[in-house]
Amino acid sequence: MGELLILLYIFVLATLAGREVISKVPPTLHTPLMSGANAISGIAIIGALVVTGSAHAPWVKVLGVAGIVMATINVVGGFMVTDRMLQMFRKR
Amino acid sequence: MENTITQIVYLISAVLFVSGIKKLSSPATARSGNARASLAMLLAIVVTLLNNEILDWTTVLAAVVAGAAIGGVLARYIQMTAMPQLVAVFNGFGGGASAAVAAAEFVRAGGSGPSLATDVGITIVLSTLIGAVTFSGSLIAFGKLQGIVTGKPVTFPLQKTFNALLFLLVLVAGASLAHMGVANSVAPLVGMGGLEISGPFFLALVAGALVLGVLLVIPIGGADMPVVVSLLNSYSGIAAATTGFVLNNYILIIAGSLVGAAGLILTQLMCKAMNRSLGNVAFGAFGTEGQTAKVKTGQRPVRDVDAEQAAMVLAYAGSVAVVPGYGLAVAQAQHELKKVCDLLEDRGVTVRFGVHPVAGRMPGHMNVLLAEADVSYDKLLDLDDINAEFDTTDVVLIVGANDVVNPAARDPDSVIAGMPILDVDRARSVIVMKRSLSPGFAGIDNDLFYMDNTLMFFGDAKDQMSELVREVREA
Repeated sequence: MGELLILLYIFVLATLAGREVISKVPPTLHTPLMSGANAISGIAIIGALVVTGSAHAPWVKVLGVAGIVMATINVVGGFMVTDRMLQMFRKR
Repeated sequence: MENTITQIVYLISAVLFVSGIKKLSSPATARSGNARASLAMLLAIVVTLLNNEILDWTTVLAAVVAGAAIGGVLARYIQMTAMPQLVAVFNGFGGGASAAVAAAEFVRAGGSGPSLATDVGITIVLSTLIGAVTFSGSLIAFGKLQGIVTGKPVTFPLQKTFNALLFLLVLVAGASLAHMGVANSVAPLVGMGGLEISGPFFLALVAGALVLGVLLVIPIGGADMPVVVSLLNSYSGIAAATTGFVLNNYILIIAGSLVGAAGLILTQLMCKAMNRSLGNVAFGAFGTEGQTAKVKTGQRPVRDVDAEQAAMVLAYAGSVAVVPGYGLAVAQAQHELKKVCDLLEDRGVTVRFGVHPVAGRMPGHMNVLLAEADVSYDKLLDLDDINAEFDTTDVVLIVGANDVVNPAARDPDSVIAGMPILDVDRARSVIVMKRSLSPGFAGIDNDLFYMDNTLMFFGDAKDQMSELVREVREA
């Protein structure tokens, strides 16, 4: 139970930290915030890499590869499109 | 020791993620904040690849390259108006990836022999469930935003009962799985022999979750998509966090819960801006696109103007506030609008923009479209800031917005009572650029159109805006 409890602590504290920093983002930047957050949710790529890297069974590998492809689309596409949007926000 | 290095790098990543998001609190630092978050991701990926035993580098790298190419092309060529669809698709992939990882863990646990502890079983079930719901729900949201799936709410008799039953079934399948553990039991999946019970249960869980995702989104109308996209964004984060529980991986939990929090905050803000509760959005089947309610409009006299008259009013004003609605983006008239504003500023008119939170198909969408048209971000004011300015504003120019400027929101008996609006009627005069007097999503008439200081400038936003550019230039 110890390990699960630690994970739960991390989950709750990270959620609170997230709430704090995200509530300070102005409405002007809510779309880039969302697409940037989206890219961050591609963190599942870490899990996909671990699973695929050590896979022996074919099905594990298939699922792992599907996970890597989807998560990488999310990560690369998400950060790139966020950057594309943010560079348009200029002060004149 | 390798494990310690990995954990330390993950900790650095976590700090960079949080501080990167913090930099999004100002447009001036936002770009470097995003760069910081991408660096955090890169660090986490590299340390994971180096400190884990990767048996098949070719497959792993090929998958990464394929994903990066697809994501890169989408990000590079997507139209800014299509941003909500893109975010929906990316959300779906995020959820799909989490579900795939959880499913792979399930199969692996089954293949390797020993039974899983119940708590691990529960996390696998949750992660698969949330990930799969996010995946199919996001694809439907994408379809609706793209116009592939009807924007109208799709309903059928006993829909809520059916959804509730399906959810219950999925939970039962999940609970049985977690209870059984995943002992050597995924024979139908991996063909390795053993108990043949939990494999079908797992497939039932996945199938049920996918159907549930579809059913949760189809009854929601096109106009409510900002809420749905925000909520699915939150789910994709929570899915990643639960996958972190499956793998005992701290960085997945931290990054996932950051995203979960972001999505929830945006969901709350959107609901507040639309004056609706989340339950009402989810079950109300309300946000009908182009709802044609039986409202008598145009029964009262309005003052309509042509481009020349509108240009005169604008050109001789001291200050102008522009209120853009989604109609502006649909007509692709934001670049013409920018030209009008430039001409006005050249004449010494102060120009600002008042952007309502739901002026678009996702939170902040209109701001991106205006930024794309080269509008300086310090001129984009949010609801509270622009409302403080209307008393001293000479002319408000409303383009393609309706419900968000309807003073009926202040009337406690109105259907939109309490909805936060832009108080444009407090300005000295108002020009409304609109096709006709037809009602907005709320399906009610707008008293603003009939007020003494309101001028109606009828026509297609793009054509009228081009006219306006010419007339302001000559004024």
